Amino acid sequence: MIDVLLKVFADSARAAIGVQAAAYALAAIGLNVHFGFTGLINFGHIAFLAVGAYTTAIVVDLGFSLWLAIPAGLLGAVILGMLLGIPTLRLRADYLAITTIAVGEIIRVMVRSSAMEGLTGGVFGLQGFADEFFDVNPFSRGNYGVWDITFNERSMWVMTVGWALVVLTALLVHALMRAPFGRVLKAIREDEDAARALGKNVFAFKIRSLCLGGAIGALAGILLAFEAQAVVPDRYLPQTTFFIWTAMILGGTGSIKGPIAGAIIFWFVVASTEGLLRAGITHGWIPDWLLSSQEVAAVRFMLVGAILMALMVWRPQGLFGKREEVLIGAR
Amino acid sequence: MPVDPLAPDVAPVAPTASSRRLASVPAQPGVAKPDPILVVDGVTRTFGGLKAVDVAHLEVARGLITSVIGPNGAGKTTLFNLLTGFDTADSGTWTLDGVALHGKHPHSVARAGMVRTFQLTKALSKMTVIDNLLLGAANQKGEGMISALLPFLWRDQEREVVERADKLLDRFRLGHMRNEYAGTLSGGQRKLLEMARALMVEPRVILLDEPMAGVNPALVQSLLGHVTALRDEGMTVIFIEHDMDVVMGISDWVVCLAQGAVIAEGLPQAVGSDPKVIDAYLGSHAADDFGGTP
Amino acid sequence: MAPTSRLDHVEQSTSPVSHMVRRLILATAALGVLAVVWCPGLAVAQEADEQPAQSIGSSLQDLDDEPVAGVTITVATEDGSEVGTATTDEAGEWRLDLDEAGTYVVTLDVETLPEGVSLRDPDRPSLSPGVRVGQDKNVLFPLGDGEGGGIRQSTVSRLERLSNLAAEGVKFGVMIALAALGLSMVFGVTGLVNFAHGELLAFGAMLAWWLERGLGPLPPMPLLLAGVLAMLLAGLLGAAFEKGIFAPVRHRRSGDIAAMVISIGLALVVRYVYLILFGSRPDFYLDFRLQTNYQLGPVSLTPKSWATIVLGGVILIAVGWALRNTRIGTAMRAVSVNKDLAESSGIDVKRVITVTWVAGAVLAGLSGVLFGLSESVRWDMGNDVLLLIFAAVVLGGLGTAYGAMLGGLVVGLVTQLSTYWFPPELKLMFALVVLVVILIARPQGILGVKERFG
Repeated sequence: MIDVLLKVFADSARAAIGVQAAAYALAAIGLNVHFGFTGLINFGHIAFLAVGAYTTAIVVDLGFSLWLAIPAGLLGAVILGMLLGIPTLRLRADYLAITTIAVGEIIRVMVRSSAMEGLTGGVFGLQGFADEFFDVNPFSRGNYGVWDITFNERSMWVMTVGWALVVLTALLVHALMRAPFGRVLKAIREDEDAARALGKNVFAFKIRSLCLGGAIGALAGILLAFEAQAVVPDRYLPQTTFFIWTAMILGGTGSIKGPIAGAIIFWFVVASTEGLLRAGITHGWIPDWLLSSQEVAAVRFMLVGAILMALMVWRPQGLFGKREEVLIGAR
Repeated sequence: MPVDPLAPDVAPVAPTASSRRLASVPAQPGVAKPDPILVVDGVTRTFGGLKAVDVAHLEVARGLITSVIGPNGAGKTTLFNLLTGFDTADSGTWTLDGVALHGKHPHSVARAGMVRTFQLTKALSKMTVIDNLLLGAANQKGEGMISALLPFLWRDQEREVVERADKLLDRFRLGHMRNEYAGTLSGGQRKLLEMARALMVEPRVILLDEPMAGVNPALVQSLLGHVTALRDEGMTVIFIEHDMDVVMGISDWVVCLAQGAVIAEGLPQAVGSDPKVIDAYLGSHAADDFGGTP
Repeated sequence: MAPTSRLDHVEQSTSPVSHMVRRLILATAALGVLAVVWCPGLAVAQEADEQPAQSIGSSLQDLDDEPVAGVTITVATEDGSEVGTATTDEAGEWRLDLDEAGTYVVTLDVETLPEGVSLRDPDRPSLSPGVRVGQDKNVLFPLGDGEGGGIRQSTVSRLERLSNLAAEGVKFGVMIALAALGLSMVFGVTGLVNFAHGELLAFGAMLAWWLERGLGPLPPMPLLLAGVLAMLLAGLLGAAFEKGIFAPVRHRRSGDIAAMVISIGLALVVRYVYLILFGSRPDFYLDFRLQTNYQLGPVSLTPKSWATIVLGGVILIAVGWALRNTRIGTAMRAVSVNKDLAESSGIDVKRVITVTWVAGAVLAGLSGVLFGLSESVRWDMGNDVLLLIFAAVVLGGLGTAYGAMLGGLVVGLVTQLSTYWFPPELKLMFALVVLVVILIARPQGILGVKERFG
């Protein structure tokens, strides 16, 4: 029994520091720029991940170097930020929320359509574009880590890059938010008319916020695509956006370390819950008529939903946010 | 900007020396004034067929306090919204020192030197008081996304801005609240904060939308002192006010709107006794309001 | 929208009724969390708990989404030995149980296809899918119109095809509008953009399915009765959402954005409870399954589609009328415009909000039953149409009843008519593109009123 629990713990710890968690942390940092600092309700964040990953994969597919493709992916996200911003930033918050989801879905449906198959690979997506990235892997073959928490050289390389990016972007966002630039974003978050009345070009600042957060989201998308060496359209469903939202709110919106801590805790909780349930089922502690192993995946979504609800009701500032500064839940 | 800590306690006196410039201007709607800073022409705005604003011609004198009065729904706030770009006029032009402002976005209007406050205060309650003020400063180098990452570009400017903000806070007696969240301020303090923040922009014209509404009477005198002090420093003040005592006390010139149009303008006493104005306000309530004036 | 696109994900095999009973305790626990007692009749009828074996099957549908019966399909192992033969039933379905996992060769006997129906890809009468342990594999034989292609040609004139698509669009639009009207009404009185609205719709569809087949100790009942009961119970679930979650949230003054995020969480929880209860396989109602088209002018639709248009249209108009002309309707509009004013003029705001929730949920439940009738019943059908409902609501202008109806029609017509020129896989996208385009031109929606400053 103890063995089983330790194993579940080890697996959960692996998930909490793994590539998924790093990518979620990046995505949540980007989303936090949008929502936590600027107050933009972006429910289509997944589109930035998709555009970053797809642009990178397509540019490699067209025969260019990966090291050219990555900036292209970021540029793609910046362009999406502008395209998304121009029609939507004049909208009321609730309209904006719906429109951003819609834009995310438009992109997913377009990318998976057979008309685009020549470019995007349609429903099958694109594979094997990150070889150049793994060619420069400094980790030699083998497993790294302590105790049961180990990773192979491939995961180690993606994780190292991922967490390095997390730290770098967090520092970048920290610097920006302490500067007068961040002051304007926060003012827009609270009352954009007040910022306008003081001579701030609110629209321009919102576009910059969308592009910046979007580019960080694109990094997350590229990281996940490298890990899988694949981009597949149905990995970019709207519910992933809500997972990222949950991680962000869990950590605390409008704080620098919030999204990072949120992503780590999010994956630990999800992985340990699933691990415990699966262990319970295989060892017969949970009777099969109650829950079968196939249904454990469904529990993940229910758990995320429940966490999201509970946070919004009881702790909208998350674990590290300041109650006084939280946009939602305190109005 | 000179600091004058005593100003708030000085009871306002009217007419002042500066307002004597208007003594010879006839009290009729749309009259021309010597040295106008703001000139409004043919501004209209309709909501669902109703004319909310219909101002044929209006000039605002430089360096004076002009009050805009009128019954509820007269279009005072709508006029403010139009002039500052927060709403779009159906027709009309207006210029600030000869520079056309119609069709400009709110931030461009503010940058051109005309800044407003809001009837329902927009204190940024989840930011600190000092941050509220710092936000107001114009042309900040650190507001660019790239330059924000290079503090040496803006550090000196930021220091100056902080200095200026602290002076304003002291002047408006908010210094002790400097590092508190603006949400913790009282209603009157928020009005002060908003006015101070608008001054950070260093405007030539400031539009105050009912700065006294909802303010503790004890604070009203102090607020009035601030308003006259602004005028005495050379700023043009336009403000909307309901309380006729206040209007009579500090205005150099009064403009009365009714159903969107200027029905009367003139020196305070002249407008106060204008039958059209009293008619517009209607009934006994209005008579009470004007009771104190000869 | 197309159920075929998810067939590959289908993984469960036991009959959903016994499946549901087996999950009784889980259901009680999960729904207990929601403080919803939604199935008072659930009984403890333990059934034999058979281990799921793997199977292979599919459902054949022609271009009009009508089932194709009587088609013979042969399943063989990879080395050519035949495992069995199946013929599609009246619902166009066939399924063969397999003793072991592996790769099989599935061949459709083209000769047995009815006249006017052919394989869209004539070169692929055989498929070789892999079947995992315990999987109910679905294979896909896309059918065309007998002309060797997926695109209809000479038999139906362009005009007829366009008018048929337009009629399908109106039907789809009416179903969307029913759900959109409810969402819009709830938004009007509470300011909530309810992401769990789609789950109310799915609840109606699934509950009608269960009731029709006999839920717990209840005898099977005709779909008409089951549908009406399901609608009413959906109303109850709506009331439970309001009383159990959103009223307390409003009471805490958490704000509209927080409530919206809470509704997202709620939708996730409820949707995956559905998955566990209903299973991942799409299913159909028993009644009104096979119908021959009824021609009216240039339009040829099944009687159930005609009924959907008429019934849905009548209900939409009736609700629109009631909002203007009944006391509760007037009260709802009063609360929408100004809650405080309504309260001070003696309107029981809490009651109005509850009634609005119930009415909105009943409309959503009806929409769900109609969707189940015209497409299929699926655990995630609410999520599939949610964005289209949003599109309809936002197109018309949030909070305006007639706007929601108009928006629904626009969405329905755009999605269906787009298939005349573009592949059906893009039809969702076109509805969303129209949404974005209209919002650029009119940020307040078609019928919405521009907010007034000051």
